[in-house]
Amino acid sequence: MSASGFTPPVLEVENLSIAYHDGVTHRRVVHDVSFRIDPGEVVALVGESGSGKTTTAQSIIGLLHANGRIEGGSISLNGTDISRWSDRQLDAVRGAKISLIPQDPASSLNPVKTIGAQVGEILRIHGVASGRDLEAQVISLLGRVGLSEPALRARQYPHELSGGMRQRVLIAIAVALKPQLIIADEPTSALDVTVQKRILDLIDELRTEYGTSVLLVTHDLGVAADRADRLVVLQGGRVQELGATKVVLAAPRSAYTRQLLADAPSFSAVVRTAPATARDRHPTSGDDVVIVDGLVQDFSRTDDRGKSFRAVDDLSFRVRRGTTHAIVGESGSGKTTTIRAIVGFQKPTAGRIEIDGTDLSTLRGETLRQFRRKIQLVYQNPYGSLDPRQTVFDIVAEPLLNFGRLVRPAREEKVRAILSRVGLPEAALDRRPHALSGGQRQRVAIARALVLDPDVVVLDEAVSALDVTVQARILDLLDELQRDLGLTYLFVSHDLAVVRQISDTVSVLKDGRLVDGGTVEDVFVRPRSDYTRELINAIPGQKRAAFV
Amino acid sequence: MSGYLLNRLGQALFVLWAAFTISFVLLQAMPGDAILIKFQNPELGLTPQQIAEIRASYAADSAVWVQYIQTINRFLTGDFGYSVQAGVPVGTILAAHLPATLKLASLGFLLAATFAVVIAFVASLTPFAWLRGAIQSVPSLFISIPTFWIGIMLIQIFSFRLKLVPVINPGPWQELILPVITLAIPISAPLAQVLVRNIDDVLTRPFVAVARAKGATRHWVLWRHVAKNALLPTLTIAGVLFGELIAGAVVTETVFGLNGIGGLTGRAVGSQDAAVLQAIVVFSALAFVVINLIVDLLFPVLDPRLRTKAGATA
Repeated sequence: MSASGFTPPVLEVENLSIAYHDGVTHRRVVHDVSFRIDPGEVVALVGESGSGKTTTAQSIIGLLHANGRIEGGSISLNGTDISRWSDRQLDAVRGAKISLIPQDPASSLNPVKTIGAQVGEILRIHGVASGRDLEAQVISLLGRVGLSEPALRARQYPHELSGGMRQRVLIAIAVALKPQLIIADEPTSALDVTVQKRILDLIDELRTEYGTSVLLVTHDLGVAADRADRLVVLQGGRVQELGATKVVLAAPRSAYTRQLLADAPSFSAVVRTAPATARDRHPTSGDDVVIVDGLVQDFSRTDDRGKSFRAVDDLSFRVRRGTTHAIVGESGSGKTTTIRAIVGFQKPTAGRIEIDGTDLSTLRGETLRQFRRKIQLVYQNPYGSLDPRQTVFDIVAEPLLNFGRLVRPAREEKVRAILSRVGLPEAALDRRPHALSGGQRQRVAIARALVLDPDVVVLDEAVSALDVTVQARILDLLDELQRDLGLTYLFVSHDLAVVRQISDTVSVLKDGRLVDGGTVEDVFVRPRSDYTRELINAIPGQKRAAFV
Repeated sequence: MSGYLLNRLGQALFVLWAAFTISFVLLQAMPGDAILIKFQNPELGLTPQQIAEIRASYAADSAVWVQYIQTINRFLTGDFGYSVQAGVPVGTILAAHLPATLKLASLGFLLAATFAVVIAFVASLTPFAWLRGAIQSVPSLFISIPTFWIGIMLIQIFSFRLKLVPVINPGPWQELILPVITLAIPISAPLAQVLVRNIDDVLTRPFVAVARAKGATRHWVLWRHVAKNALLPTLTIAGVLFGELIAGAVVTETVFGLNGIGGLTGRAVGSQDAAVLQAIVVFSALAFVVINLIVDLLFPVLDPRLRTKAGATA
């Protein structure tokens, strides 16, 4: 961060304060935030949800929500304060001087326009090219961001491209006019880990080539540590820590940064050379409570004239009672299909699944329903998996009503006991999901799964949507519950760092096939397949090992 | 694609058959019939013997299921039977009344669509919150006014007060002005409401922010990104609203004394002219089904996501 006196910073944010108004309420979400970005520099804005990082980024490019207002401070681009500029003035800046790489490639492209039209649009708006010339420039841009057959891609629509390809298209748009600053707002959090690495590499490469500065907005300290020159750590709209990445990681000054570092699974996974010591407690002898043997699942595709698609191909694994087995894979690997078969939501095409000695294929109707109390699910999205109209008590008590006929006092006692077990206050009983935080909601979902005293709990990306500090608490809770109740976990995840931290055994899936399996140590230290090695290398935060 | 087409065609045929059958059953279940109403009139002085002969000539006394089969067979060959009241083939009557209604309905629908688009886009473009609120409340107002009242008020204001549109001996297009407006107002309301909601919804999608980040102005984004995405779901509503259009045409034609299918329906109900009513129901159902079939077939053309994915994963 050598800021020479001659080149002014590309961006200088000083004492920025932003508030949201909605008629009556006035909520300040960014307080006196200051930082600068020098030419060619990558600065990461790191924080958890509600930290104000996205609001800050939106204000820089002039795209705050209609009810958001800059209440103080300045945003200077090359020394000119643009914080009070009108939309019309900013239109000339957006795209040309500051551009944006958005978070979710799936919804960030217009579904009814071709890729070529959407890339060409930025050239057209700024009057840079037209006609033949425009077409040629679009194709060369698409080639530049690493898309194969760029001429074909230009004619295709967004739904015909994968998530990673779409993000490349969005990067092509962002770099089209060689802007001075690119705001990358969680550019890879919706992508698989291997794709994430390739996309971040691409951004790095283009940045170096064009000398562009990048403001990287992320919740992932690992990503920030790998990619940024300097870090700005935000919490509750205030800057907690600011400095060169190396310095911040090696000797964090604020307690909050220290907390973040301690909780980020990617760091602990890399720093710890041996598998987590916490795992040693678990019994290594015991019966196999989940047996999957030669599982095959075909789906017929209606648009392909009866040709079927094999989602899971000859998958076998066993899980010891009281241990955690992780199923790891990227999107389309067959993880979800596998667990749907295991909980009995769909009949396998071939193969055998045995839960606690019961062969699933022998179960029908009522016996299948009764079986479900043995195996319970916790879903990824704590916002969608709870009925917004039910109180916490009703949500947790519902499984009890479905099975067994506990009288009301006994039921109430059971619900209260389980809620205190998962660390929810008594006061939460009468609340509805919207009044709870993400972490609290996931605790409710866990309580709902545990209230039936199941043997096996399937955790389907159960901590993926949570902030790292919240995630760490939920993982602690899961570990504690496993030890106390002897639960067996099937942990489905794309996040290898978390998997390494909490599992005993792992199955790595790719395109429906098992490519690697065994104990955590076997898989992480001595991976047998190239794919597993690629997955491990893609875990962000590996640079930090060098700093500590 | 062909599966989609066959599926929709099958549904369309089923709807037509169901409309025919239900209306047939209902018309049969009505007490009395057109023959009795017309020929039992004492002034005609017909004997019961003669009436029975007339009834036999219309096959009015054969078993219901025989009549059902006969009628469906005739309809399939394009023969809609005879109107007892008018004494001419139903086909001839329909041909005489259809053009006026077609003109009214298509113009009414076009105007309704125009109203809806103007209301929705003006509301989205206006920078003032109060104006936006006012414009957005127009559809609720439109939807709550009865059609006949709109018609009467329009005549009062534009014909009698302002003398802008003649009511006595108007020209062939002049006579359509007020009825078309009358018909369009209530139809435009739900269209505008859906469109406003869709525009608001599309405006929150991330691709709109991306377009803005390219440096596009609000107008550019609205016309080039939001419009098509917001209009697509509205199209479905438009197809369904066609049913409203038929109902509205009956009332409008009555208020303005137009000689269309609507007026014909009113008279046929009065005289229990079952053959005419049956044909009107089948024709309305046919029109409804065809419009919705067109909407269904239009979707894959307008929305690339609904087209086949041939070679997409290459």
